Amino acid sequence: MVAKKKKKYSSGEGAQFMTRKAALKKLQLTLKDFRRICILKGIYPREPRNRKRAQKGAGGIKTLYHTKDIKFLLHEPIIWKLRELKVFQQKIRKARAMREYQKMKKYFRDYPEINIDHIVKERYPTFVDALRDLDDCLTLCFLFSTFPSLKRVPPDQSLLCRRLTVEFMHAVIAAKALRKVFVSVKGYYYQAELEGQTITWIVPHHFSFQPQSKDEVDFKIMSTFVEFYIMMLGFVNFKLYHSLNLVYPPKLTAAFNADTEKDLVDERVYVSERIAAMNISVARIAGANEVEELPEIDIFNTEDTDPQKLEEAKLEAEKVKKLKTMFKGLKFFINREVPREPLVFIIRCFGGEVSWDRNHFVGATFDETDESIAYQIVDRPTMDKQYLSRYYIQPQWVFDSVNTRSLLPINKYLMGAVLPPHLSPFVDKTKDQVYIPPEARALNDPNFKPLSEDGPSEEEIEEDSEEEKEEKEESEDEDAEKALTKQYQQEVEQDSQSEDESDDDIDPEKKKLAKEKKKAMAVTTGVTFKENPYQKEIEDKQAFRLREKLVRKKHRNLYKSMKAGQEKRKKDIWLLRKKRRLHDEKVKEENKVEKRKQKMQMLEAAST
Amino acid sequence: MPPYKAGLKRKVTSDKKSDNVVEDKQDSSSDNEIEDLLQGDLDKESDATDSEHEQEDDGSDGERDEVLFDDSADSVLEEDPQSEESIDESSDLSDSEDNESGDSADDDESQPESDEEQSADSGAETGTAPSASGSSDESNKKNQILKNENEKSNIKQASTKKKALKQRQKKKMSSIDVLASKIQEAKVSTEPVQQKDEYESGDTSDEEDRVNTAGEVPMWWYNEYPHVGYDLDGRRLIKPPQRDHIDEFLKKCEDPEFWRTVRDPSTGQDIVLSKEDLQMLERLRQSRVPSATHDEYEPWVEWFSREVLATPLRAFPEHKRSFLPSRSEQKQISRIVHALKMGWTKTRKQIADERKKKKERQFYNLWGAGGQVRAPRSLPAPRRALPSHAESYNPPPEYLLDRREMKEWDKLSETPWKRKYTFLPTRHASLREVPAYPRYVRERFLRCLDLYLAPRAIKMRLTINAEDLVPKLPSPRDLQPFPTSEVLRITGHEALVRSVDFDPSGQYIVSGSDDGTVKVWETSSGRCLRTVRLGAAVARVAWTPALGLSLVAVALGRRLLLLNPGADIGAHRVAADTDALLAEPPPAHDVLMDERTSSCVQWEVVDAEQWARGVRVAVAHFKPVTHVAWHARGDYVAVTLAEGAARAVVVHQLSRRRSQLPFRRAKGLVQCAVFHPHRPLIFVATQRVVRVYDLVKQELVRKLQTGAQWISAIAVHPAGDNLLVASYDRKLVWFDLELSARPYQTLRLHGGAVRALAFHRRYPLFASAGDDRYLVVAHGMVYNDLLQNPLLVPLKQLPGPERSGELCVLDVRWHPAQPWLLAAAADHTIRLYA
Repeated sequence: MVAKKKKKYSSGEGAQFMTRKAALKKLQLTLKDFRRICILKGIYPREPRNRKRAQKGAGGIKTLYHTKDIKFLLHEPIIWKLRELKVFQQKIRKARAMREYQKMKKYFRDYPEINIDHIVKERYPTFVDALRDLDDCLTLCFLFSTFPSLKRVPPDQSLLCRRLTVEFMHAVIAAKALRKVFVSVKGYYYQAELEGQTITWIVPHHFSFQPQSKDEVDFKIMSTFVEFYIMMLGFVNFKLYHSLNLVYPPKLTAAFNADTEKDLVDERVYVSERIAAMNISVARIAGANEVEELPEIDIFNTEDTDPQKLEEAKLEAEKVKKLKTMFKGLKFFINREVPREPLVFIIRCFGGEVSWDRNHFVGATFDETDESIAYQIVDRPTMDKQYLSRYYIQPQWVFDSVNTRSLLPINKYLMGAVLPPHLSPFVDKTKDQVYIPPEARALNDPNFKPLSEDGPSEEEIEEDSEEEKEEKEESEDEDAEKALTKQYQQEVEQDSQSEDESDDDIDPEKKKLAKEKKKAMAVTTGVTFKENPYQKEIEDKQAFRLREKLVRKKHRNLYKSMKAGQEKRKKDIWLLRKKRRLHDEKVKEENKVEKRKQKMQMLEAAST
Repeated sequence: MPPYKAGLKRKVTSDKKSDNVVEDKQDSSSDNEIEDLLQGDLDKESDATDSEHEQEDDGSDGERDEVLFDDSADSVLEEDPQSEESIDESSDLSDSEDNESGDSADDDESQPESDEEQSADSGAETGTAPSASGSSDESNKKNQILKNENEKSNIKQASTKKKALKQRQKKKMSSIDVLASKIQEAKVSTEPVQQKDEYESGDTSDEEDRVNTAGEVPMWWYNEYPHVGYDLDGRRLIKPPQRDHIDEFLKKCEDPEFWRTVRDPSTGQDIVLSKEDLQMLERLRQSRVPSATHDEYEPWVEWFSREVLATPLRAFPEHKRSFLPSRSEQKQISRIVHALKMGWTKTRKQIADERKKKKERQFYNLWGAGGQVRAPRSLPAPRRALPSHAESYNPPPEYLLDRREMKEWDKLSETPWKRKYTFLPTRHASLREVPAYPRYVRERFLRCLDLYLAPRAIKMRLTINAEDLVPKLPSPRDLQPFPTSEVLRITGHEALVRSVDFDPSGQYIVSGSDDGTVKVWETSSGRCLRTVRLGAAVARVAWTPALGLSLVAVALGRRLLLLNPGADIGAHRVAADTDALLAEPPPAHDVLMDERTSSCVQWEVVDAEQWARGVRVAVAHFKPVTHVAWHARGDYVAVTLAEGAARAVVVHQLSRRRSQLPFRRAKGLVQCAVFHPHRPLIFVATQRVVRVYDLVKQELVRKLQTGAQWISAIAVHPAGDNLLVASYDRKLVWFDLELSARPYQTLRLHGGAVRALAFHRRYPLFASAGDDRYLVVAHGMVYNDLLQNPLLVPLKQLPGPERSGELCVLDVRWHPAQPWLLAAAADHTIRLYA
């Protein structure tokens, strides 16, 4: 008897994958519902290893899902809920058609809610999992919190987003978890570290909502995402507040100003407004300690860990600790024109005290007239009334200080000053082939002096000095790059020498002896053969070029593409360097002309 | 509502008002009386058609005119106001008619509506009143006349009404106040009642005004009589004297009033119309309100509306039960209260609150205690790239696009995904100036799409560097010695040098060139020791590997010559020995060659002249010789012929002066054939394949697939286990014969065709050269340990001669003892590298 022939695609990759159409048929859902459930459950298409087999021989490119995923969806109770919704929608439609508006209203009132708590738990079995995936959630929630009421978005979503994001920010403030901030053209980037997970999110600038054309943006899809993210963020907030010993629906520590203000018409509104102001710390659970010091890292002499790395980690931890209390005891006053929320958030994260104009927003704690204010953040060229007791700085100072983890000197950030470039803290400097702007290099090592920057002190000196001197300096500056390279080479040589010396130091006596011997022999001192490093380099390069030809055929294309990438990066860096150089030269030229002009004016004034 | 009640109400209101208004009220009430009277008429006429109705109206008009005429006869002064009043009245009447008909149409249910209407009417009436009173005495007179008419009824009704009114008055003081204020606002100016005498102008009525009692008969009935009817006392009303046409004409000419004189048909009198009459006629013709003093836009006075309810709706008192709470309702309420107390039911507010609470999200500790939920393992979506410096609101100046980059940016506006950045790097002087990013929502949306729509797969990220892909090989510096530079350039040939070779000791170099000479050079100095002119281009020279002999095999066209370079080169004894050895050919019977061989190979007899040149043995072939290879012992020479087909490879045995054709059948285009260093094997390279034959067993041992397109040369490792194949398609293929018939490694070290290659006999070195500028020296270590594979390390690219034509280097040879490399160049030179 002939064995029964195995049907094709009943096992292997053909059975593992399922097209979307098949999935719809299996789940008996419409595409809309399927999309919704996919978003809620986090099911996504998969890329097969062999598309042809996965599509059961069909041509073209189809959206493929894992059969396992679809079967998993099949047991989801929400599917039944979706069907119930469908019935409700039909009822509503009918009532509307019959003009039974009372009935319609009732249906709307009793419209079933989908409970997706279990899905959050299912997708993120642990709290850390949820934190790891919080980036998109926060970004979208922050965006939605700025939305007006839209046709396709449930009315309460934007309000809830606002509430949850403010709560989250309070949690970050309480945990002092903020690490990096960046003002980009797109918005404010924040990076926080919670439970060892780095979370990065973007908050758009003001007025980010603009009407979008229908084929550009589908708000329904975004709203479905937000539907899930709201739940997720709510639970994360709850857990965060609990771990920080805070009362979850946040309450204010003290009902401040309660006596001064007249009877509260709506206390809830009052509290929520103050919370949105983010200026008062939220209530702690009674009996909880105010400050919890993290234990210092102990170094264990384990074999596998690199001591240097451990040392670095310790240093880093120290820096972070310092960062957390960077603004402690400092009072900031925010001017009217400065975006309030980001600055309040940042300053409060690092322990500072903030206030603003009482008429600007609720929650101001002290007035502008307070003499103990250390910094006033302004974003305008001049101010009429200035206090001597405080610095008037531009908001970028706060951002840059946070990124460098220290209070930067304020001279470059004073009111009306031309700001230095704002650099991204997210650029990984440890990677090779990364362009580091001179400003960033100056931050890393204090000895480095970028070309373009002429400190005020230096300028004064230059002004005092004679023209010849100036010219000299200029010529020096022109050759600064060469000098730099020279310096670099010298350093390298020194390093090598030092190494050599260290080698030699092992037996100095022997060396001495040898020298004496040589003297005794009375032979002219032999010149050691010194290999020309340039020559050597060329040789090495040649050898490498030959070896390059031995790359296996399998890897040749990969190697080529990697090389091409390297070349491209190199070229980019080169281009950036060149542009910078040109720019610096231009600026220098302009400065020179200006200075000369000033001098001329001075001379004229003196003569007259 | 029946008209009498309306009248009553009207009366009440008027009483409630201040005294000033009373008179007007009475006036209106009298109007109502007229309405009542007329209603009866209308009811009678309701059967008649519309046209009849109109006629009737006309008729009535006519009647009134008659009456007026009578008045006018009495006094001219009174005439005008009368007529005016009559017209007024008629208009009033028509109004009231409408009103009544409306009333009759309305049901009792629509009482308020009708009330409103009435109030409106009354308003209209009162509206007329002030103007009339304000204008002149005329209105007073009119009022008086009307009052005279309705005197009795008024008096009777007034008493009853007043009584009823007093009751209501108390109830609705508030509404009355409102009304009073309203009225005061309206500023109705009226005269006090006392000033007016009702009976001043005598007790007259419409009936009494009628002078002619003839009735409604056609006037032509009286044409033949001198009178036109009778007055109230039954006396004849004499016609005025009739005028003929002439009289008329004369009157027309004489009388200045003629144009406004009209004849009253009922009395036959001439009536001169006054100025007011004319004005009224003029206004009527213009279809305006007849009275010039009438104000159409008087302020509205509210009598009865939603706000102002001056009069009660019903005249009878409320029932008792309207004051007492309902018993059944009380029971119901108590039941509900009980249920609420017991918690059986909830109030609507409670329900709504509960519903709202239910809709509010409740968050709790989701990750507290509780079982783990198993979900399929998911691949987390890749995170978005973090921003670079360029995205800053205030980027370093080098990140801003310069003019050229901006041009490119604009050029790519159709295909923005090809741009360097998704955003345009811009510098903002301060944070205040940063605008909202217009594509922000779109970008977030695209991220959402990616999250649920983009297929995911695990992709191993390459953490290796590009340098890691380059095989780790020992540094060339550790593999010395090898030639690193050119030390000697030997010139002297006049054409490209085809082939070079060292003698077995390495002291001399032999070279063959296209200029038809074979030259022998000293290695150490590069001095030319000897030149042998052979007259034709030399294809190949090869020094015998046998130490005791001094012989050079030269491929010269179809011939293979064996030269003895001479006594002055090398040990002269060796040269002499060689001469002695080759002087006598072996006996002819020893030389046994089959016919196939002898047909293509001819061992020639060397004549004296050639001998003097150094030629010791000469073999002629049927095809030109391309390649010559010595056997390691020096007795055999393998010769490859061009286009020889099956007879392409010939093996000559010098000692016996005999040739062999090892192959019976052609296996392809033979490129070259070389011997195994110590075993009886021959390697034959055809275009793509290298075959290894056992010469003793006469069988194919191995077939090596090179993978090259066209083999140019082969070289056997001195140990004999490895083979190197060069090809015109730039490849070098290393075969480990112990390992497999497939290439062990393919090296692409050259930029052009590889033409020559050679193994060093003592050092683990090999060199290859071809049509590119560089000779490549490589380390090729073969280990005795069979488990260890050969180690190939390219060591050095030696810069060779410039390309002349297509060719560059034609042959390479290693020094037998030293790591020196010799290259035959196409630019007529020979180069030595060390």
